[in-house]
Amino acid sequence: MISNDLQSIFPELVLAIYAMLALVGAVYTGKDKLTGMVTYITAAVMAVLAIWIGSGTYGPDQAFGGMFVNDAFARFAKVAILIAGAAVLVAGKEPMVKRGLDRFEYPILIALATVGMMVMVSAGDLMALYMGLELQSLALYVVAAMNRDSVKSTEAGMKYFVLGALSSGLLLYGASLVYGYAGTTMFSGVIAAVQGEPSIGLLIGLVFVISALAFKVSAVPFHMWTPDVYEGAPTPVTALFATAPKLAAMGLFARVLFDAFGGVVADWQQIIAFIAVLSMFLGAIAAIGQTNIKRLMAYSSIAHMGFALMGLSAGTAYGVQAMLVYMSIYLTMNVGTFAFIMSMERGGKPVTEIAALNQFAKAEPLKALAMLVLLFSLAGVPPMVGFFGKLYVLNAAVDAGLTWLAIAGVIASVIGAYYYLRIVYFMYFGTTEGDVQTPMAPAAWLMLMGSAAIMLLGVINLFGIEGAAATAAQALVN
Amino acid sequence: MNNLLSIITFLPAVAALILALFLRGDDAAAQRNAKWLALAATTATFLISLGVLFNFDPSDTGFQMVEETEWLMGLKYKMGVDGISVLFVMLTTALMPITIAACWNVTTRVKEYMIAFLLLETLMLGVFMALDLVLFYLFFEAGLIPMFLIIGIWGGANRIYAAFKFFLYTFLGSVLMLVAMVYMFQEAGTTDIPTLMRHSFGSETFNLLGIQIVGGAQTLLFLAFFASFAVKMPMWPVHTWLPDAHVQAPTAGSVVLAAILLKMGGYGFLRFSLPMFPVGSETLATFVLWLSAIAIVWASLVALVQEDMKKLIAYSSVAHMGYVTAGIFSLNQQGLDGAIFQMISHGFVSGALFLCVGVIYDRMHTREIDAYGGLVNRMPAYAMIFMFFTMANVGLPGTSGFVGEFLTLVGMFQANTWVAAIATTGVILSAAYALWLYRRVVMGDLIKESLKSITDMTAREKWIFAPLVAMTLILGVYPALVTDIIGPSVEVLLDNYNAALPADAATDVAAAH
Repeated sequence: MISNDLQSIFPELVLAIYAMLALVGAVYTGKDKLTGMVTYITAAVMAVLAIWIGSGTYGPDQAFGGMFVNDAFARFAKVAILIAGAAVLVAGKEPMVKRGLDRFEYPILIALATVGMMVMVSAGDLMALYMGLELQSLALYVVAAMNRDSVKSTEAGMKYFVLGALSSGLLLYGASLVYGYAGTTMFSGVIAAVQGEPSIGLLIGLVFVISALAFKVSAVPFHMWTPDVYEGAPTPVTALFATAPKLAAMGLFARVLFDAFGGVVADWQQIIAFIAVLSMFLGAIAAIGQTNIKRLMAYSSIAHMGFALMGLSAGTAYGVQAMLVYMSIYLTMNVGTFAFIMSMERGGKPVTEIAALNQFAKAEPLKALAMLVLLFSLAGVPPMVGFFGKLYVLNAAVDAGLTWLAIAGVIASVIGAYYYLRIVYFMYFGTTEGDVQTPMAPAAWLMLMGSAAIMLLGVINLFGIEGAAATAAQALVN
Repeated sequence: MNNLLSIITFLPAVAALILALFLRGDDAAAQRNAKWLALAATTATFLISLGVLFNFDPSDTGFQMVEETEWLMGLKYKMGVDGISVLFVMLTTALMPITIAACWNVTTRVKEYMIAFLLLETLMLGVFMALDLVLFYLFFEAGLIPMFLIIGIWGGANRIYAAFKFFLYTFLGSVLMLVAMVYMFQEAGTTDIPTLMRHSFGSETFNLLGIQIVGGAQTLLFLAFFASFAVKMPMWPVHTWLPDAHVQAPTAGSVVLAAILLKMGGYGFLRFSLPMFPVGSETLATFVLWLSAIAIVWASLVALVQEDMKKLIAYSSVAHMGYVTAGIFSLNQQGLDGAIFQMISHGFVSGALFLCVGVIYDRMHTREIDAYGGLVNRMPAYAMIFMFFTMANVGLPGTSGFVGEFLTLVGMFQANTWVAAIATTGVILSAAYALWLYRRVVMGDLIKESLKSITDMTAREKWIFAPLVAMTLILGVYPALVTDIIGPSVEVLLDNYNAALPADAATDVAAAH
């Protein structure tokens, strides 16, 4: 029934059509005249769609014969992706204007990337997976090189593109192996084919697919692009990279592992646990020496992905729930943190050295306090909500018998605490005068404060996200 | 009132919030308001907490005034006190007004300073009242944040190093405890502390990576908790963060650190290690006893050669905490009573000693022992008070210090004569370093030019010391004030402990006694 299918993909359809219309509109009204309006309308459309998806069911759970899955898991991920995308778009508006980067293509590309992400988390078939992934990636490659007059930005775009193409190649190769041995590209067919004793070809295919997805979540050893791209891309774009695509890729990861390979948990559990451990440690150790806050956040995100993967490696519904809770908390923290990083400047030029934050607490006590809360939350120190994310994944890992992984994780988190504390050190204990200014538009200010407040107040009940995450996880793992 | 404990716990936090939201400016008036509000809030907390003490029934050995609400993740917000924790609660609420009064001279970022102390009080009280594993961990860890800031912002010259060392050291200890807690949650299906006390975790010896783990899971869990509490205590050889933190922390920070924060380690042993992992405790008790003996002698010897007053007192704290751990792991009534008594007494005495250092530091801005000498000539009142607390630190009979040391030594003697013999030398050594410090700082002729115009204590300073002197004396001559409250709870703790040991281990214990 085509009308049923269309109902299921309605949000994606709306966003895609909107992006096309906006593109046409912006092109015909002359260069960049509508940028401001398009940015806010895009954010508004995304916010409305998030509310609409979150408010209830629409259309059947499966569409196009199972190629597109719209279960509770997909809806949870989509709501988070849309909210994070909209938030980053709004927070980044002012900084983009200041840097002369307020081109109308930016919000439109983000809208298209968001469509790709939404397809990713809904993929029920290797083809749908690939299409979503590529739509997202291609849009993001362009956005990374947005600042085309900057060598670093173009380099970031190029690097991201080349390595991204490599990972796409890995994915396609893996997908073709899976297709060859399972005889189908549908996840439902693959899971039937891997029951019992799966053939070695299928497992090799699985490993290739995992590698490609690990690249997208920037897990070690496929993380090399992350620091360079984070550093080179304009900061609002970095903020985007650190948030919505990470959740989308993690959602896709869970989708493939459970929907297609849920029967051979033992086969991929070790791989995931292994890359989780590597990511946590590399993220923690490599960040120590960083002087650039964007590179630091890149390593921080690598470490955080390690923790999220720890949840996945449990291979249970509880593990998926833990991952979703962890990722939601991670998104919230990063939106706030980047709202702050975006605003850092000196004489109108963006600043990214951590040392520029010297004595920041004296100049701007409130913002410094908000950052303090966010940084302790990123480090996973209670009572900030970041701690509960960690507690969730640790719980899932121990529950699945991966106590060694939990122990490794907490040790990595202690190492990681050091570099978050270093930022606090500059802001609060610094001895020399820093000279950073952080002019913020009200929206960005609100996001910084809001995300800090959430980190504190969430200790009461995590804003009820647990229940939604549990439903989502149940829908995926059954 | 059935939520008395929550009121006490969160009253300081509410005051901190009021300060943060409504107090503007940083002029003298604003600073004065901040100090008065903090003092009022901590005093109010103390007065309300007296209600807890009066409502407390020592003959009831269970948890009292329990509050319980559902929380996230299937955890509970559960608070309550028993005979052991109620005294730590009182210690905290009683010392906080004194601490606030002691930082009256601070003039940099006063508002933030007060907020940090008020939040710290909330978190410390939470630690002693929490009856849920994760809730306990939350308070336990969160206390690091304000203390990190207190050392880092208001500390001495080398404060950055000390703050980082303090934070990372204790954080590393605690995260291992977190994994153990998660394991216990999975194993027992609950994080409710009273329930976990009755749960018996696996104690079958098993093989891990080729090593025989005697006492099984209990030993591993014990070690994970030990990692956290031993650092917090601090025990030799993981005590090295403490001298750094103490030296660099501002006076009030040192007082809180020595008087209250260190007690969390001992409290943890009593609340978690003994009741939840009796077999693990039994397996490692001798090991801990020897570590304590080393700590007592080692730290005392190191204290002898210190040139910085605060560092000397910090090492003396390590030695005194050695008595506490030795008392706890003597695993008998005298040892446990003595350990708790020693902790309470040390709270008053070491707090007072750091305040004594603070008094002269405020005047001379140095803590070098060599910079002083002959203070008695200009500061008779100070000499008197410093003398009193030096004696209490040495353990002179009649002061609270004596009771704690004596009881723990009696307990130790029953458990392990050799450890007791070695620990007793610590008594002599503590007399040596404490009296020598006193002689060099206070006695003799006043030769140093810089000291010629030093002034004696002000009325404010005297009033700060008054309650501490009173408590030290009262506890010294009438220790039953404490032992009557803790006695029944300790007895039950020991009964349960002995009952939980397997039959052969229990007979071993009986034979050893």
